[in-house]
Amino acid sequence: MKKIINDPNLVVRDMLDGFVAAYPREVRLLPGTTVIARVDAPAANKVGLVSGGGSGHEPAHAGYVGEGMLDAAVAGEVFTSPTPDQVLEGIKAVDAGEGVLLVIKNYTGDVMNFDMAAELAEAEGIRVEQVIVNDDVAVEDSSFTTGRRGIAGTVFVHKLAGAKAEAGGTLAEVKAVAEKTVKNVRSIGMAITPCTVPAARTPSFTLEENEIEIGIGIHGEPGIERKAIVSSDDIAAELTEKVLDDLKLETGSEVAVMVNGLGGTPEMELYIVNKKVNEILTSKGIRIYDTFVGEYMTSLEMAGVSVTLLKLDDELKELLDAKSKAPAFRC
Amino acid sequence: MELNVANTVKWMTLANEKIQENKTYLTELDQAIGDGDHGINMARGFQEVEAKITATDYDNVSDLLKDVSMTLLSKVGGAAGPLYGTAFLKLSMAVKGSETLDFPKFKSGLAEALAGIKQRGKAEKGEKTLVDVWEPLVDYLNGQNSFNAAGFESVAKEAMEATKDLEAKKGRAAYLRERSIGHLDPGSVSSFYIFSSLAEVLKEGD
Repeated sequence: MKKIINDPNLVVRDMLDGFVAAYPREVRLLPGTTVIARVDAPAANKVGLVSGGGSGHEPAHAGYVGEGMLDAAVAGEVFTSPTPDQVLEGIKAVDAGEGVLLVIKNYTGDVMNFDMAAELAEAEGIRVEQVIVNDDVAVEDSSFTTGRRGIAGTVFVHKLAGAKAEAGGTLAEVKAVAEKTVKNVRSIGMAITPCTVPAARTPSFTLEENEIEIGIGIHGEPGIERKAIVSSDDIAAELTEKVLDDLKLETGSEVAVMVNGLGGTPEMELYIVNKKVNEILTSKGIRIYDTFVGEYMTSLEMAGVSVTLLKLDDELKELLDAKSKAPAFRC
Repeated sequence: MELNVANTVKWMTLANEKIQENKTYLTELDQAIGDGDHGINMARGFQEVEAKITATDYDNVSDLLKDVSMTLLSKVGGAAGPLYGTAFLKLSMAVKGSETLDFPKFKSGLAEALAGIKQRGKAEKGEKTLVDVWEPLVDYLNGQNSFNAAGFESVAKEAMEATKDLEAKKGRAAYLRERSIGHLDPGSVSSFYIFSSLAEVLKEGD
């Protein structure tokens, strides 16, 4: 294992320290926790939005903390859900009396830990609602959960629910936007090389020199199939078709596209994938309202890509266009 | 039976001892059908439990059990943290304010703990989770009028061993479907250590 780290057991703490050092105008680290919060938290007269999960998916989730997106992000150990006490600290830090919405990726550990935090917060008199993101169409029953996993589509949930909260939406309204986003977003990923959890020191799985895996999860969970590598156009077409099969878009539908690198993929290759995704959607009469190409939800140094489509309506378009100051999603 | 502050501290200390001794074994069981961290996480959590409760003075056993719960919640992580944390929290809440627990109180508290685990993990009996140890024990106690340490331990042991033949329906092992058959459920094994510790501590007191 060759990584630019210090102590493998302290990678999360070291990362968080470096993160707040980079964006002191937007975020702060709550003392004694692994919670990154908006610098002005609790933002007055506004529903609080809290997400989080295991580390190793940067810029998720801390990169999405800032005006117009999340109020706080709770970091767990690498690929391990944060504990309820940490999530509770995040909830308490952002509650301005308007209630707090939790955005949770669908993994057994995450769901249980956030659920407990919500109960503890309610016991302290804070109104808490939850939305579970399950955009990965690769596997219906994944190795980590009952139901689909939450992957890159989560970033759109942060953006749209965040915009709704910033615009003064009530807890019920912000939750409704988050649920609508979850209902309309689908993703699937693939990998050409594995990743290594620092404390584990060996790769989570192996792929042969010429082998790829379609449908892989962001922790290296098994996907749909392993096969010999094909061209970028073929990969892009397979991923796009699998998303379209599930999302069922009519001609004339409008979408936002996200072509997301998993950590070890050159931006050049992401654009090459996007070229084909764009071509396919256009040929089907689907209108592309906006496109996001880059690293949004990674898996350490895994080389690979995921494709996300979000079906838009007028409300979602307006929220997508709203201002965000989050370091990893400025618009 | 009487579960008081002193023997509950002994219970947790002995449970920690067993978990530390079997840390590698629990992790190996988890590597076979899960994500291979159960021993590491449980060992970290119970070590903190022992440190916390031996350094604190308690007036009643319910406060002690609440500290056990909160420590497990914040130190274990993964899925085991919320499950064991919920179990001890529900047990503590069911006996809130009690200085000591007699058999009827313990029996109803354990039933509450089981209900908490099932609700938290959305699991039922037969899905190869720790419910498969907790539920047979609660059922067994319901048919008893007093605590029988040997009987309690043997029910726990049999239930734990029976998870070997089950196909996992919940947790990460569920992905393996029929390939999960033939392996013990790691959470059931750690639950067995907790309950056999209780039996041993209460047997001594008889």
